[in-house]
Amino acid sequence: MTDTHLLKTPLHSFHIENGARMVPFAGYDMPVQYPLGVKQEHLHTRAKAGLFDVSHMGQFKLVGSNGAQALEQLLPIDVIDLPEGKQRYALLLNEQGGILDDLMVTNAGSYHYLVVNAACKVEDAAHIRAHLPEGLELQEMADHALLALQGPAAVDVLATLNPAVAELKFMDNVELTLLGETCRVSRSGYTGEDGYEISVPAAKAVALASELLSHEQCELIGLGARDSLRLESGLCLYGHDMNAETDPVSASLIWAISKARRADGERAGGFMGAEPVLKALAEKRPAKKRVGLIGSTRAPVREGTQLFDASDKPIGVVTSGTFGPSCEKSISMAYVNFGEHEVGTEVFAEVRGKKIAMTVSKMPFVEQRYVR
Amino acid sequence: MSNIPADLKYADSHEWVREEANEVVVIGISDYAQEKLGDVVFVELPEVGEEFNAGDAVAVVESVKAASDIYTPVTGTITEVNASLEDSPEQVNEDAYEDGWLFKVKMSDPEEVNDLMDADSYADQCTEED
Repeated sequence: MTDTHLLKTPLHSFHIENGARMVPFAGYDMPVQYPLGVKQEHLHTRAKAGLFDVSHMGQFKLVGSNGAQALEQLLPIDVIDLPEGKQRYALLLNEQGGILDDLMVTNAGSYHYLVVNAACKVEDAAHIRAHLPEGLELQEMADHALLALQGPAAVDVLATLNPAVAELKFMDNVELTLLGETCRVSRSGYTGEDGYEISVPAAKAVALASELLSHEQCELIGLGARDSLRLESGLCLYGHDMNAETDPVSASLIWAISKARRADGERAGGFMGAEPVLKALAEKRPAKKRVGLIGSTRAPVREGTQLFDASDKPIGVVTSGTFGPSCEKSISMAYVNFGEHEVGTEVFAEVRGKKIAMTVSKMPFVEQRYVR
Repeated sequence: MSNIPADLKYADSHEWVREEANEVVVIGISDYAQEKLGDVVFVELPEVGEEFNAGDAVAVVESVKAASDIYTPVTGTITEVNASLEDSPEQVNEDAYEDGWLFKVKMSDPEEVNDLMDADSYADQCTEED
């Protein structure tokens, strides 16, 4: 059932050889699960080490002079003082303060390295290029694959190829040699676990994946488990838990606005969308707010489910939901009216005509285990 | 190849039916169906005493991916449901034909069972769908 219009990552054949069930995702033919199955893949990642192909994501180099200043025009984070070898989470905003994408920005020394969502990469690149001053060029690293190795055993697995990876701390991002090839290795990921993301030349991707997978602690993990892992860890999925209609304050992503760029910061404002975002930040009273919900039953409460208060008044909608294999609870993210967002508030989800009680809960739903 | 016991009857919507005494049948989903659904995380069952027509949606099986309606292949009254699935829905994956059964129906028209497929016909249907 191969759709010829779908793009393939350099690991496409590798997935099929390893028994993956492939599905279309963001224009790519991607593995949703392997023979282990979504639940076991999820649990394996939390217990040992899971290997993910995330090569569909967009990798870019911003090359030229004053890249940090240019990025600060577009992103509400501190790029100028981002140390070399460090990466930072950022939101790409439009003039209204709506979120166009979320991304990682690394100071790679002679350039900035960006990783953006697959579904957004064409629009992101066009948007960034349209706002770059003379002397800067955004280059897509189409000849690179991206692997994520996640879980408590990730460090042991990757250290067999280069012991230096064990020295990295959360959000370090440096060049290291793996299998004789220069790779960009960051200690980061999107599962809430310790782990790494590895940018590797496409020609070496299968060799690296095979080598990692040969470790007895390591299993291949598909998009299905990637979704439940990130949701348990309270991490947003772009296009679901945030989009161009939501701003960082509504999305409960205030932490992604660096101190230096806030109203009282040393380089206050000066980014696209600064005016509405800093206003919303000062007011801290968005019409709707992203919250975590835990269900009173095991029934998954999925994206699109309407939420009500005790008097049956509509108060919000679910944007992601599943049964969390590790927390063993029905968990969701939702946008609810301001006032219904406090932890402990009881709301009611309408599932197949019945109302299921859910409680607004703090996120993450499981403990994050980053190595800082 | 999935497991399709020869002593059961099958509906084209992938439920299996086992005849017990007194015109009561046990209903579940086939091994083929559970494999297609993936890991089951939640099962919503009907109330004992509810009446349904053949073809009615009476239960919901939710996997990590999606919710799927389960239809009763026969007309009648629910006499028992597998309440252990509330805490252990994975039994639907692990033992689709025994521990993973869903509900029992007291048939009002026992002849309906004869309209269902035997194992061979159902095996053919599964092969075609793959």
